Amino acid sequence: MLRDKYAQEIDALLARFPEKKSAILHLMHLAQNEYGYMSDEAMREVADILELDPTHVLSLAGFYSLFYEEPTGKYVLEVCNDLACALRGADEFVEMASRKLDIPVDGTTNDGMFTLKTVMCLGACDRAPMLQCNLKFYENLDEAKFGALLTDLRAKAAAGDPEPTVVERIIGYTASDAQNTK
Amino acid sequence: MAHVLLRHREIPDLHKLEVYRQHGGYEGLKKALSMTPAEVIDVVKASNLRGRGGAGFPTGVKWSFIPKNAPDTYVLINTDESETGTFKDRELTEHNPHQIIEGALIAAYAINSHLVFNYMRGEFMDAAYAFEEALLECREAGIIGKNIMGSDYSVEFYTHYGAGAYICGEETALIESIAGNLGQPWSKPPFPAVEGLYRKPTVVNNTETLANVAAILVNGADWFKQMGTADSPGVKIVCLSGHVERPGNYEVPLGTTYRQLIDMAGGVRGGKKFKALLPSGGSGPIIVADALDAPCSYEGLTPFHSVMGSASLIVMDETTDMVWAALKMTHFFRHESCGKCTPCREGTYWMEKVIDRLYHGGGTEDDIKLLESIATNMTGKCLCALGEFATNPILSSIRHFLPEYKAKVAAGAKKKQAVAA
Repeated sequence: MLRDKYAQEIDALLARFPEKKSAILHLMHLAQNEYGYMSDEAMREVADILELDPTHVLSLAGFYSLFYEEPTGKYVLEVCNDLACALRGADEFVEMASRKLDIPVDGTTNDGMFTLKTVMCLGACDRAPMLQCNLKFYENLDEAKFGALLTDLRAKAAAGDPEPTVVERIIGYTASDAQNTK
Repeated sequence: MAHVLLRHREIPDLHKLEVYRQHGGYEGLKKALSMTPAEVIDVVKASNLRGRGGAGFPTGVKWSFIPKNAPDTYVLINTDESETGTFKDRELTEHNPHQIIEGALIAAYAINSHLVFNYMRGEFMDAAYAFEEALLECREAGIIGKNIMGSDYSVEFYTHYGAGAYICGEETALIESIAGNLGQPWSKPPFPAVEGLYRKPTVVNNTETLANVAAILVNGADWFKQMGTADSPGVKIVCLSGHVERPGNYEVPLGTTYRQLIDMAGGVRGGKKFKALLPSGGSGPIIVADALDAPCSYEGLTPFHSVMGSASLIVMDETTDMVWAALKMTHFFRHESCGKCTPCREGTYWMEKVIDRLYHGGGTEDDIKLLESIATNMTGKCLCALGEFATNPILSSIRHFLPEYKAKVAAGAKKKQAVAA
């Protein structure tokens, strides 16, 4: 349960806002980090913490593109192929990635390791082609670098990926700040 | 000229409080705290600092709209940076976070607010560690919290992460998103200065705008007005992307011409000829070669039926298919339309359908007129600017490149004939 695992962080988070409903996106990020996608269970937990109807969480899960409503691969490779990136080869990059992973866009590899998606502007147009993977940016990519990234991620997964995730690092600041305030 | 905003390019480790302070950091806040809030607003007003998110509204005037003595007011920093081609606030967040924090604290003091949120797009979490560290440093140094810097003024400051929605850069949508609702804009009035977050008076400022404030307090309004043009004073971070040799952020005085900016980025890539550029990411009308000597300023592109906006230049060379470029942008706006108002929700959907048909050779000459008609029917009827923005790539590409649209129709017809034969 999120409430138990992140008790300190969630308390600190709720204390920040005049109205606790404001914590919903943070909690949804945390829930997705825990469960991999916005499962019914994940949405219900967020709703319970905030004393909201789960359908409200569901509507936000559908509205915001960073939330996945279906299970995904362990690593979600989100390539920006908006105009600015496409002028620097992003569409060709997506084709190459799709070929290399042997999946279509929105597909997941058979081993459940990778999902490939295309997304709207990520604010890194000067470093195209680029992608976001589990909220980390990988920039100035080409086929060789993409291949190396896949190898690296596979090795990480095999090692049990001990590094804290981006969401864990960010939520960690919430708890640190609350401690300093005391 | 030394940078005013991208100072980290000259000063290593500027993201650390100690280094930031060695270079005059928090002197602006200190000065502000020695003045009355009204005096602070007057200085910012006198500088004529205008909103760097694109709208260009005078920042000091915006602050002055907050009712005096309102018990609860809020300052929100807009770091939702999601406009295609825009990546300036991310660089500031990553490398010069204290300058944003200092500006926001001055804003908060000026409107007597005790709570600041930086609304950062969720995709920037990995770029936000330095910002979060900077907030912790400020907490420890007494720059955030109770009685900051020994004054009797207290303020809290937190980051709030979005989750992927372009529309949340619109100020009322941003407010709804922080409140925990769907990030959809509302029809103004009420304006945020009267009823914003939790229905309390609220100021929403762009990240880059706030990064200017401390230096204005320290150096004065006249110093700021020496840079730029009479109506557009100061410096601006210009994002250059697309077909240039060296894409990236370039800080320049406002009024620098578009040609100079492209030259700064090493010119058009591979020695190719310039064809067109989107001056404000996806949302401003396309400009062509005749506008290249226009100044990059709030007024500079008016004669060319376009706008500076966020100054995000997406440069396209002679090889670019302009119907394709307009299709890309239309796809973006269809995807990002929040769905609240009908003209935008339906208009972006149908524009994408029709331009996609045209691009793939299945369109007719009537489709070009249909496309224009959908766009002009959206103009002035949408709830917020997104719907208006969505019509710009379509209408401006037809205005400048009608023969390219006609060529698609002709090529499609020829292909059909060949298949029939």
